[in-house]
Amino acid sequence: MDESGPLLKIENLNVRFSHRGKSVHALRGIDISFYKDEIHGLVGESGSGKTVTATSIMGLLPRPSAEIISGSVFYKGKNLLLMPEDELRTYRGRAISMVFQEPAKYLNPAFKIGGQIEEMVMLHMGLSKVAARARARELLKLVGLGRDGRVLDAYPHELSSGMKQRAMIAIAISCNPDFLIADEPTTALDVTLQKQILKLIRTLKNIENMGVLFISHDLGVIREIADRISVIYAGKIVESAGKESLFNNPMHPYTRLLMLSIPDVRHRGRKLATIPGQVLDTTSTPEGCLFAPRCPLAEQRCFSLTPELVEHEKGHLAACHFAGKSWNL
Amino acid sequence: MHVEGCNNGETERVMDLARFIAKRLLRLVLTVLLISTIVFFVIRVIPGDPALLIAGIDATPSDIAAIRAKLGTDRPLSAQYFDFLWKVAHLDFGNSMISEEPVTALILQRFPLTLALAVLGMVIGTVIAIPIGILSAVKPWSAWDYVGLVMSQLGMAIPSFWLGILLLLVFAVKIPIFPLFGAEILASLVLPAFSLGFARAAILLRHTRASMSEELSKEYIIAAKAKGLTDRMIKYKHALKNALLPIITVAGIEFGYMLGGAIIIEQVFSLPGLGRLFLYAIYQRDFPLIQGGVVFIAIVFSLVNFAADVLYSVVNPKIRLE
Amino acid sequence: MQCRNIVKIHRGRGVEGERHGFRAVDNVSIEIERGRIFGLVGESGCGKTTLARAILYLDPPTSGSVLFDGVELGSLKPPMLRKYRKRMQIIFQDPHTALDPRMTVYDSLSEGLINIGVDKARRDKKIRELLDRVGISSTYSRRFPHEFSTGQRQRIVIARALTMDPEFLILDEPVSNLDVSIQAQIINLLMDLKKDLNLTYLFISHDLNLVSYMCDVVAVMFGGRIVEQAPTEALLAHPGHPYTRRLLASIPGGTEASGFAYSEESLYKQPDTEPDKEKEIFASSSANLVASDACPYYPYCAQGDSECKNSAPLLRELSKGHVVSCYKNSAGQEPEGIERTT
Repeated sequence: MDESGPLLKIENLNVRFSHRGKSVHALRGIDISFYKDEIHGLVGESGSGKTVTATSIMGLLPRPSAEIISGSVFYKGKNLLLMPEDELRTYRGRAISMVFQEPAKYLNPAFKIGGQIEEMVMLHMGLSKVAARARARELLKLVGLGRDGRVLDAYPHELSSGMKQRAMIAIAISCNPDFLIADEPTTALDVTLQKQILKLIRTLKNIENMGVLFISHDLGVIREIADRISVIYAGKIVESAGKESLFNNPMHPYTRLLMLSIPDVRHRGRKLATIPGQVLDTTSTPEGCLFAPRCPLAEQRCFSLTPELVEHEKGHLAACHFAGKSWNL
Repeated sequence: MHVEGCNNGETERVMDLARFIAKRLLRLVLTVLLISTIVFFVIRVIPGDPALLIAGIDATPSDIAAIRAKLGTDRPLSAQYFDFLWKVAHLDFGNSMISEEPVTALILQRFPLTLALAVLGMVIGTVIAIPIGILSAVKPWSAWDYVGLVMSQLGMAIPSFWLGILLLLVFAVKIPIFPLFGAEILASLVLPAFSLGFARAAILLRHTRASMSEELSKEYIIAAKAKGLTDRMIKYKHALKNALLPIITVAGIEFGYMLGGAIIIEQVFSLPGLGRLFLYAIYQRDFPLIQGGVVFIAIVFSLVNFAADVLYSVVNPKIRLE
Repeated sequence: MQCRNIVKIHRGRGVEGERHGFRAVDNVSIEIERGRIFGLVGESGCGKTTLARAILYLDPPTSGSVLFDGVELGSLKPPMLRKYRKRMQIIFQDPHTALDPRMTVYDSLSEGLINIGVDKARRDKKIRELLDRVGISSTYSRRFPHEFSTGQRQRIVIARALTMDPEFLILDEPVSNLDVSIQAQIINLLMDLKKDLNLTYLFISHDLNLVSYMCDVVAVMFGGRIVEQAPTEALLAHPGHPYTRRLLASIPGGTEASGFAYSEESLYKQPDTEPDKEKEIFASSSANLVASDACPYYPYCAQGDSECKNSAPLLRELSKGHVVSCYKNSAGQEPEGIERTT
């Protein structure tokens, strides 16, 4: 961790979505700090709010359906959530950049790859067309697409998914951002490809000294790529720790159950742990711990007293009344 | 999908284009063939011997026979058919029964006017429809959107000839800006083109709005926003290019309808185009002229669609792979 | 189930525009014993789904034979084929598209039963039983698919497959779209069902970790061919084919978890070969190259040489029940440089 303070800090972020009278409480007050040169993994299942977290940072939430009820996102001392759109725009792509899940859908099909990179650097860094083209070539080489110069003049549909994702990464880092948000960038890819993209992200993080927010539902992927991990459930961070610390000693029952539900070859024939019940209905706002209805450890107080995200060991936070004590499932 | 280490990307694409054009050309030819065949058989299926109709009630059998010989309807059907096809391939539609002039020449004499009308109508329609369509998608529920909505409703409800008559009344009779009839000057095309264009503009407007709206809700727009691009760039560069592509196809089809509409509008404005020619041909049972006319229109329509397809594939290389 | 020399050629075009057959499945032979769980691992484009469809004769193979319980499916006339098909069912990846959104759960489940002429009373009973077995309360049977969660929908799909009382179930990526905790539930369910109903599974997935956990025998597929097949333990202990090793090394987080410690360096015979040099696998490319005679993995292999380029190796036995198609790993030889923590 960088001692000079976080690069980006989310504080008590509360987001609600309204659709035809129904209200969904997507984020219920989350706090995360991101540091330079660190890959922070955010792991959660579908509906946990992890993608909403990503889109909130850069103000990409769909208006008017999304509403930020409270909270701040501090970057270099400024609160991005309160920034006027014109100013925020200068940060997007420049200071903070994003990579998405399905490159086929997130790349504009009508423009060549080279053009899509050039547009960025020309806008944010004021490069001339010639300089932009050179930079595009450089970037493509950096992400492993430089072997044939044809990618510059290729349209997205002419590239394979792996190449498309690399192209999207090239676009994202084109203006040397300080912070990269990667929202499930490898989920749609084959596993051998995934490995290479993960390696690429790590290499680029080192070269560019970026802070990275890496979102995934796959604990294995998070384990592979992240330095620090936060686990999100029903719009709340339930645990946050360094990688070793988290996997050696998961303090929150949800985290531990998640780990146990991954098939382990060493235990063939043993049943996988499952989490009973259903994911919390996001329209309600119950009292107490949100995981209590499904938690094997739950007691009376879990249903009335909301556990706070508290540091139980150095650098290891958990929101559970049983955290810090030893327990078994 | 591209394979690494293969041919140059640009030549690949050009070859794909060539193949695509060839395929569409084939389709064009087949369409024309099919239409010609249908026309041929439909006319001959209609009850009533055309020779009788032309000859009149008190014609003698020999007169009728003579007319039949002239028409060629005394020969076996298959012979007539192949003869017909052969002639179509050479754009020879025979001679008009009434005026004895070659049909092709008659059509080509009047075609430029109808074409000009259709083109002008298309231009007017496009100039109105596309910008408003784009604006109503970009600014939903704004004033522009309402204008667009009203216009498209009106355009679809109002028949072009009614509009034509109305415009004539207002702008040619009450306020004599435009000529009442005749086609001597360009100004005489304005009102008919406008009435033609306004109706079709409605369709184009709705398509533009829908296409643009759809593109604006796509994922790459979010990605574009995340890149920090200005609102303008996102709407008018990124979304627009994708939105306009399918519009080209729609416009192609619309142009065909313009041609059809032109023929009707010509009556309202007394313009000596194809409309009058064909109408009279129908009244007078001018067999070869009707036949030739329909096939000719079919050819033009197919050519227009072909051109639209080709244009689309030039602009959107993805389509060439179909 | 036995399939011998299955070849499936899709009509298609090459990149240069010339017409040639694209071999989606290229000479595949596998045998699945009753009561086993047979795992088939491969990434997109390797032909695993095509193979599954060919086995069921949904998309009959271009050549080769499929024997079910000793009977050759290709020799059956359609009415008999349908009878045999009842005994083999398939479950696909996406529960959203597998169920007709306009039919209630009850209707979806009764469709097959009505077709074989089961009366209403027996139908109702069976549907209730099956829903119970898969963990869906039968009071919900009149609801529509969209009212259920993804995991529940997949259970319904499984129940539907079971209405035919099959003996053999092909599962094509049945849990890939599901969250990890739901995945675990479905996997547990599938294991229970197998035991209770005496089923035989062909489990297809790109997730080698999952397949290793579930299956007794694993076959690795690449470029339309089986490149390696072995009992699970043997495969994990002595992976013979470079692609298998690559898959093992690609299991995310695998180097610290589950006893795999296939470090990249240890995967290659020549320790100085940079892992970076191993090229990315393009699904479409692997398809194209199968048309030539080379080993399908050749373009991506760190060990490939001219021998590999000239002709594709055949499956050779490495040890009992363990076959590999690779020139660099002949019989009896354990691949060098593998470190394991277990």
